Amino acid sequence: MSLLEVRAVAKRFGGLQAVSDLTFGMADGEVLGLIGPNGAGKTTVFNLLSGFLAADAGEILFRGRSLRGLRPHQICHLGLTRTFQIVRPFPHLSVLENVKVGALARTASARDAAARARRVLEEIGLLAKAEVPAGELTLAERKRLELARALATEPVLLLLDEVMAGLTAAETERIVELVRAINRRGVAVLLIEHVMRAVMSLSERIIVLNYGERIAEGPPAVIANDPRVIEAYLGEEYVGAAQG
Amino acid sequence: MRWALSLALLVLVILPNFLGSYLLTVFIFIFFYAYLGQAWNLLGGYGGQISLGHAAFVGVGAYTSTYLSMTYKLSPWIGMFIGGAAAALLGGVIGYLGFRFGLRGFYFILLTVAFAEICRLIVSHLEPLGGALGLFITFTGNPWQFQFSDNRSYYYIALGMMLASVAIVGAVERSRMGAYLVAIREDEDASEALGVNAFATKLAAIVLSAFLTGMGGTFYANYLFSLQPNTAFGIPLSVEIILRPIVGGSGTLVGPILGSFILSPLAEVSRAYFARGGLSGVHLIIYGSLLIAVVLFFPRGAYPYLRGLLRRLPRRGAP
Amino acid sequence: MNVTLLGQAALNGLLFGGVYSLMAVGLSLIFGVMRVINLAHGDMMVWGSYVAFFLALRLGVDPFVSFLLCAAALFSLGVLVQRGLVNRVLEAPHEMQILLMLGVALVLENLALVIFGPDTRRTESAYGLETVWLGPVFVDVARLMTFVLALAFSLALYLFLFRSDLGRLIRAAADNSYGALVIGADVGRIYTVAFGIGAACVGAAGALMSALVPFSPAAGFAQTVVSFNIVIIGGMGSLLGAFLGGILVAVAESLGAVLLVPSLKELVSFVLLVLILLFRPQGLFGRKTA
Repeated sequence: MSLLEVRAVAKRFGGLQAVSDLTFGMADGEVLGLIGPNGAGKTTVFNLLSGFLAADAGEILFRGRSLRGLRPHQICHLGLTRTFQIVRPFPHLSVLENVKVGALARTASARDAAARARRVLEEIGLLAKAEVPAGELTLAERKRLELARALATEPVLLLLDEVMAGLTAAETERIVELVRAINRRGVAVLLIEHVMRAVMSLSERIIVLNYGERIAEGPPAVIANDPRVIEAYLGEEYVGAAQG
Repeated sequence: MRWALSLALLVLVILPNFLGSYLLTVFIFIFFYAYLGQAWNLLGGYGGQISLGHAAFVGVGAYTSTYLSMTYKLSPWIGMFIGGAAAALLGGVIGYLGFRFGLRGFYFILLTVAFAEICRLIVSHLEPLGGALGLFITFTGNPWQFQFSDNRSYYYIALGMMLASVAIVGAVERSRMGAYLVAIREDEDASEALGVNAFATKLAAIVLSAFLTGMGGTFYANYLFSLQPNTAFGIPLSVEIILRPIVGGSGTLVGPILGSFILSPLAEVSRAYFARGGLSGVHLIIYGSLLIAVVLFFPRGAYPYLRGLLRRLPRRGAP
Repeated sequence: MNVTLLGQAALNGLLFGGVYSLMAVGLSLIFGVMRVINLAHGDMMVWGSYVAFFLALRLGVDPFVSFLLCAAALFSLGVLVQRGLVNRVLEAPHEMQILLMLGVALVLENLALVIFGPDTRRTESAYGLETVWLGPVFVDVARLMTFVLALAFSLALYLFLFRSDLGRLIRAAADNSYGALVIGADVGRIYTVAFGIGAACVGAAGALMSALVPFSPAAGFAQTVVSFNIVIIGGMGSLLGAFLGGILVAVAESLGAVLLVPSLKELVSFVLLVLILLFRPQGLFGRKTA
């Protein structure tokens, strides 16, 4: 049985078909990249998977269980946690308190949660900032905090929404290493990312979305040379140029 | 820190022996409003769900226990809990409606105002509850009926209530519920993504907050010996309840107490002049100006500012 | 219960609705542009009433003329409050803005109490007692005048907001404060003018209403609450919604006073508010995205 099964899911906003007839699956421990131009519907897919939006049609199964009608916090407890593209730390809380909120999903004891939060912060490399209010962090630190908080909920499947956007090459490299380490522990990762080098190096498989539809799927090497993908990203005239 | 608190507590315990009846009254108001403020603080300060209708819970609690006492001779000591439960029920209804439909911020504020006003108008037209004239408690001096000829008894009850509210809200603050409430205040969607059941958490907070506030209603009724819908459910009381925690520092345990020590004496002075008539408004102008000054100069409340000051002191001189 | 009585009540409500609309439009404008809850709105209104009262008493100016002066006076007050206070807390936490406006409300109310005393007043108007019969129902001329003038004032505001450059900027700011920022407009000036106009609306409403309903310094907060009810019922951020909401609430209250006990008429607008909050939180005329 696969970890995640998305079956013919569709979502419409007014006149805009944000996601149409999307089907894909994920295996345990897999890293899957979800790419596509801006407005392709990637974040909508995340919102559908994490329960922030309800699908108009189709079915989403996580560990064999339908997510229909479940609220985001219930989905989180099932082991599916997402991050937000625009990071949303709790600004007046310390870094530790931020991560503690995530850890409390797995333990009712505040003391235990704090201990778990510290372990996660150590792994992510933010322990030195544990007592700093999250509002005072740099963007790179906030991105890592977003990751740490999600990780503290001990997910089986982690949805990462552009955790590398806006970072320097060195910072991006650190996050790539982190994601790799998280994945090594058996956590499956679904990745939205515009930083192609990172997606290509992390993902075992990539799905390309355009106008809410899946236009390609395959291993990174195949995707990188798919004319449909190049067209979606760069426009039709480039395809002729690339092939000609 | 611990010994400073113990010392402060000791001072408060022996203080009534040195206070005249007027100052005793002032302290009773300080404790009582700190208690109500702490109950509000749980929902408004920690949870960020600002209620401007908390008087509804005072009123429901007060009317419940007073009606039970007058009609069925039930001791207000028991009625207090029933009144609290009735207020908690009302809180549950407001919370269920408001939070289920996702009313946030300003809309939630108005929902609470509306419910308080609806309660006030309905009770004003209920003859068994005395209508617009309200209920008057005859003084018997019977402690079992929550009546004492010595004002020091009210002092100790109010002090005990304040301390109990600190203990309860403090326990919540340290618990999972407290961490979740604060997370919801900061960013509700982000907290949901991390497994926080925002609806259930907010609902629990408003129910507990309303319960505590409703219990306060019994003290309110039996200390004033009368209940009128316009005062017990009125917006001015709701305003008094939220002022202290915000002035002191909302979302902190100390805030409501500090705020009450600052504002209650001022309010009491202005109330005393109000009763005398004449230039009654002057003191409320000062009171209003003070609120404005607090916002302009201590935009996060007095306590966070004081705490910052205390932290900075020892570091002075260091680079 | 006869139909004529209900018709009369509905007509009275409708004609009274003009001032409610004006009051709510002012509030909606302030909230829309600044996201600040003007809890002193009703107290500003009471000040408008006092200006009209004394202009009538000392100089014999009819409130149906002096309401423009009241609007101007309240515009100045609004500008002062915005420049001196509101401007400084635009970035402050929600509860701090509320606290500030409660402070302003307390000061305005009690300043009126100290200066004018607690007595209930009513502005004298030449049209005070005249009525005209329209078939089975009569029209109170003073009410009709308030309605027409409130309508005219709203129309002038509409023309300003939709036909002038500054007005367009204010509407842009109300839609999305970043939009106006991007264009590079002077946001500070927009805020000041918007608050001033909001206060002017409620000042004019106070002047007009003072000829119909007795007022006192203590009357302010209830008017603030009614204004908020109307804005939510009409639809937050929709000026048309605030306008129509004002008329709707006035008619509903007027009918409620006849059908229930007069003292329960306030209940009508609160029940209406709760129903709207629960089933159509964007308000009757608001957009869904709000």
